[in-house]
Amino acid sequence: MMMDWTARNLWLIPVLPLLAAGLSALARRRHRRFSAGLAIGSMAVALLLACAAFATAVRHSGTELSRQVVNFRWFELGDGWVRLGWVLDPLTAMMLVMVCLVGLLIFIYSVGYMAHDENFGRFFCFLSLFASAMLGLVIANSLLLFFICWEVVGLTSYLLIGFWYHKPSAAAAAKKAFITTRIGDLAFLIGIVWLYGQAGTLLFYDAGQGCLDKPALAGLATQITSLGVVVPTAIALLIFCGAVGKSGQLPLHVWLPDAMEGPTPVSALIHAATMVAAGVFLVARVYPLMALTPAGSHSGAAALVVIAWVGALTAVFAASIAVAQTDIKRILAYSTVSQLGFMMLGLGVGGVAVGMFHLITHAFFKALLFMGAGSVIHGCHEEQDVRRMGGLRKFMPVTFATYAIGMMALSGVPIFFSGFWSKDEILHAAHAWSMSRWPFYLGVLGALMTAFYMTRQMCFVFFGKCRLALRQTPASEQGSVALPGIPAPEHPQVEHPAEPHESPALMTMPLAVLAFFTVTLGFLGTPAWPWVQSFLEGEHTALNVAGLWRPGVLLVMLISTVVAFTGIGLGYWLYGRDPLDLQQTDVLERRWPNLFTLLRRKYYVDEIYEWTFVGLNAWWATACDWLDRWVWEGAVELIAALVVGIGWVDRVLDEQVVNRWFDETCRSLSTSGGLLSRFQDGRVQKYLRVLGLALVVLVLLLIWGCRAS
Amino acid sequence: MNAVPWITILTSIPLAGGLIVINLPAEQKKLARFASLGVSFLALIVALVIWLAFQKSSVDLQFQELHNWIPTLAVQYHVGLDGLGLLMVLLSAIVVPMAMLASWKIDDRVPIYFGLVLLLQAGLFGTFTALNFVHWFMFWELSLIPAFFLIKLWGGPLRSAAATQFFVYTMVGSVALLLAFLAIFLATNKFDFTELAELGRKGTLVPALSEKLGWRELTTRRLALVIFGGVFLGLAVKVPLVPFHTWLPTAYSEAPTGTTMLMAGLMSKMGVYGFLRILVPIFPEEMRWVLTPLLWLTVVSIIFSAGAAFAQRDLKRMLAYSSINHLGYCLLGVFAAMSSGAALATPALEKAAALNGALLQMFNHGLTAAALFWFVGLLEERGRGLRGLDDFGGLRKVAPVFCGLMGIALFSSLGLPGLNGFVGELLIFKGAFPLAPWPTALSVIGLLVTAIFILTILQRVFNGPLNEKWSNLPDLNLQERVLLAPAIALMFVLGIYPQVLLGTINSTVVQLAQHLKF
Repeated sequence: MMMDWTARNLWLIPVLPLLAAGLSALARRRHRRFSAGLAIGSMAVALLLACAAFATAVRHSGTELSRQVVNFRWFELGDGWVRLGWVLDPLTAMMLVMVCLVGLLIFIYSVGYMAHDENFGRFFCFLSLFASAMLGLVIANSLLLFFICWEVVGLTSYLLIGFWYHKPSAAAAAKKAFITTRIGDLAFLIGIVWLYGQAGTLLFYDAGQGCLDKPALAGLATQITSLGVVVPTAIALLIFCGAVGKSGQLPLHVWLPDAMEGPTPVSALIHAATMVAAGVFLVARVYPLMALTPAGSHSGAAALVVIAWVGALTAVFAASIAVAQTDIKRILAYSTVSQLGFMMLGLGVGGVAVGMFHLITHAFFKALLFMGAGSVIHGCHEEQDVRRMGGLRKFMPVTFATYAIGMMALSGVPIFFSGFWSKDEILHAAHAWSMSRWPFYLGVLGALMTAFYMTRQMCFVFFGKCRLALRQTPASEQGSVALPGIPAPEHPQVEHPAEPHESPALMTMPLAVLAFFTVTLGFLGTPAWPWVQSFLEGEHTALNVAGLWRPGVLLVMLISTVVAFTGIGLGYWLYGRDPLDLQQTDVLERRWPNLFTLLRRKYYVDEIYEWTFVGLNAWWATACDWLDRWVWEGAVELIAALVVGIGWVDRVLDEQVVNRWFDETCRSLSTSGGLLSRFQDGRVQKYLRVLGLALVVLVLLLIWGCRAS
Repeated sequence: MNAVPWITILTSIPLAGGLIVINLPAEQKKLARFASLGVSFLALIVALVIWLAFQKSSVDLQFQELHNWIPTLAVQYHVGLDGLGLLMVLLSAIVVPMAMLASWKIDDRVPIYFGLVLLLQAGLFGTFTALNFVHWFMFWELSLIPAFFLIKLWGGPLRSAAATQFFVYTMVGSVALLLAFLAIFLATNKFDFTELAELGRKGTLVPALSEKLGWRELTTRRLALVIFGGVFLGLAVKVPLVPFHTWLPTAYSEAPTGTTMLMAGLMSKMGVYGFLRILVPIFPEEMRWVLTPLLWLTVVSIIFSAGAAFAQRDLKRMLAYSSINHLGYCLLGVFAAMSSGAALATPALEKAAALNGALLQMFNHGLTAAALFWFVGLLEERGRGLRGLDDFGGLRKVAPVFCGLMGIALFSSLGLPGLNGFVGELLIFKGAFPLAPWPTALSVIGLLVTAIFILTILQRVFNGPLNEKWSNLPDLNLQERVLLAPAIALMFVLGIYPQVLLGTINSTVVQLAQHLKF
């Protein structure tokens, strides 16, 4: 079995942007074109390679070559080696093309968007690093390599959210994003080491020996209890915790809306299209593990049930918050959270293809929406509050047209928009789910609210009359509520408010390309011709129009069509009929003020976390510090005091008892010494006298001695 | 036995150099600085030569030298290196020149300062190569004395108290260690680590102790535990393990930058090294008796020190507590490797992973902590003596390169993949989790809190609006960049290709893990 060149050299795809990042990190600040050119060039080549890889995967679809794996040694451990590797299979190929394509478009867009930023070069350096880590994550054939890239992706997200580091809100948001996702990541890490211990390898596929290959899975499934939990389920749930953090699922969703502090291209690329979808991709990648049921069990995989529920709840929860937001990017951010919930729901109830199809379509239309929002913000002089926009369709026709396409895709307008087909797949799978019907109802409710809040946003931004000039009148401030976390507009008030203007072609061209894909992609996954699904599952597919008319399919399609139009109609009826005015309170707020406040304040989740987790951490730190100062240090001080005390007693004993005797002796010694010293008073005559006397005595003695003998 | 006594050469280079430099006249500042730097580079070269000549696949002690010294007392000059010792020698050879460069601006009694640093290095080399207790202990103490004077003479405002506390604390530990070894000698007539390890492995040490020293009041087990406790105390103070750590924050924060680098980067490793060289091989049984409390003590140490670090407002104290936290992971790996793992499929592999991780973490922490204290020293120098968490703000605007490089070091300390800190922690967790699931799972909290306080440093010092007071703060100059670059580069190299070190230590670790089989 011959491996393809593209599979063998798949590593080039992440390494090219990595090189670009490294080189532009070393470049000087003024070498702007160098950094941008390098980033875009490397991404373009990566896209070509990704397309080649995709072609390879399509060619081998359904054959034994449909999964090509290259593993290599990383380091020695024990008797063996820890190995990493990459894999080319349909899942990788699809994701690669999406990331490269969306990435390239956003890179190009950024040249226009960031044109006036002094740290232009560094922006592209970080973006390239991000792209590299993201692509590495996509091709990884080892959970370890996956985790490494996953963390680097988190780092770049941190760096890019905090790109305008001088804004305290951006610095805080960056930190919040990193910490919140890290909570999930640490559970993920435990899941990884647990899986490593159980399966003996972290390679996904390794000629039948990998942890997702059948023997390892069968081995895992027999592990019923350890620590009182079913092992495969526990591991799967721990890994899922990582996905919850990265993909902003409940209860770790709080960082994603704050991440909108970053520049808009970052929001589009990282916090809409790719990185946040990495959690969904993770679940898709380790799906065999997630779907594992303990041997002998007849119920469904517990992990998938949890995933489905978390996804469904997140979808509704975030969509309801989006209804009451007024910041153009935050609405989209909550929408992203909600759509990620849909993807998770799709994975949980339907399988890889269902979740992944929505991931791909969402990446295109959400990137489109974010970049459109960026274009709006750019055109409105950094205004982000939708209540201060209005009527922009006249000023920004291209942005309006593309934004409308994105909005309709997101709302699920039937037939011509990809969002409809992919969301429909999810609802269909939820409808067919055997465990419970509730996720389906939640999904429908979420879809309704999605259509509603998107219409609300469209009405605010593009319809009615332009309210942009009003921002100078003090009265306009009364209507606005200071939301925590939303910074005051950056730019000083312009004296003669310029009219909103259309963005340069560098920014609108990518919008048009994305809009094109937003429309066309849907046709790759219709029930009539489910190409994406069968590609991912390695089956053959043919056009079969009858697929549309199957009873379940048609029913769900009807329901979602009705829901989409109801949402849009409701939104238009409430917000679109009369020209909006800045001073008036929100229509919903007039009707249900308490509920609206609850939604606008995001169910107070941030506040609750502030009181509980942040407070707990601060309390814990204080307690540790206190322990250190008073208990440990106190014990040491006590011992020290004891030693000093003993020393003092010793001294007293010494001086009063021991030394008294000693002193007496010394005194008598010194007296006798004094007496003796008289012999040594230094008078030479005296010495000589004594010497002479002694000599005489000696001589006498000797003589006497001789005689005696 | 080999023709060239490489180890003796290695240790005597800084010893002789130190003695010469310390006796230079006080006004020969430049000469003293360059001469000592030269000597430390020479030692680095010799260490690298030894590394290259080291047989990586062999499990035996290499470069052994064995000479009788005081035969009646079983005192021999016995030195040798395995992967563990070599790793520490390399680390010492790398960190000492870094510390010297960081101390370049010291202007008071220069020859004495640099001479003491060299003597300290000699003590470290001696400690990491000695295989006989008596001269191991001599070098162990030899490294203590220069450290004391370095703090006492060149430290911050509280230097006297800090130095005394440090010295007395460590001395108490050393005395306990010495007494324990005298007891062992009385029982076995041996001072040689390899011979004692043989006894420990066979399990004959405990009976020998009770036979020769049996006190009526103490059962065999208690006696063995008392002696074990003495050795443990001596090493735990050095690491340090909570609650034997209170000397550390003051000592680290009062010592001059270069000395802090030596203490955090190298001297703390002596403790962990002692655990691996002495406690694990010689007292495996005793350790198993008290393994559960030891593991939980480690968990407390990890979580507690992370929390305490978060509460600090002085960057040096923060990093000091963070050091305790990081070394806690080393000990977690070591202790986890002592548990039986009988229920596991591959206990030897898990133990090897935990121990490899612990060793790697020692090296990585040595490098990263030294670099971080260096950065704080540079910041203090620029900040007119200030180094509080809230004294700065927005420095990225005026000193982007400084912030970038220090950011890399901080993320390395946080354990970001791609940088050196990650692999060690990963291996520790990989090995420790199956062997001791709950302590390991709880230790993860330490990783989280570490992330929180490291990002807090980044947020308060580097991000946010620029504190106008520092609008003229100079960025790193070319010379500083060149000096720091190797350390930063090494962080990347070890993060991306850890085989550089793991290839050296793996065989030793595998053998150690095999000896822990039972």
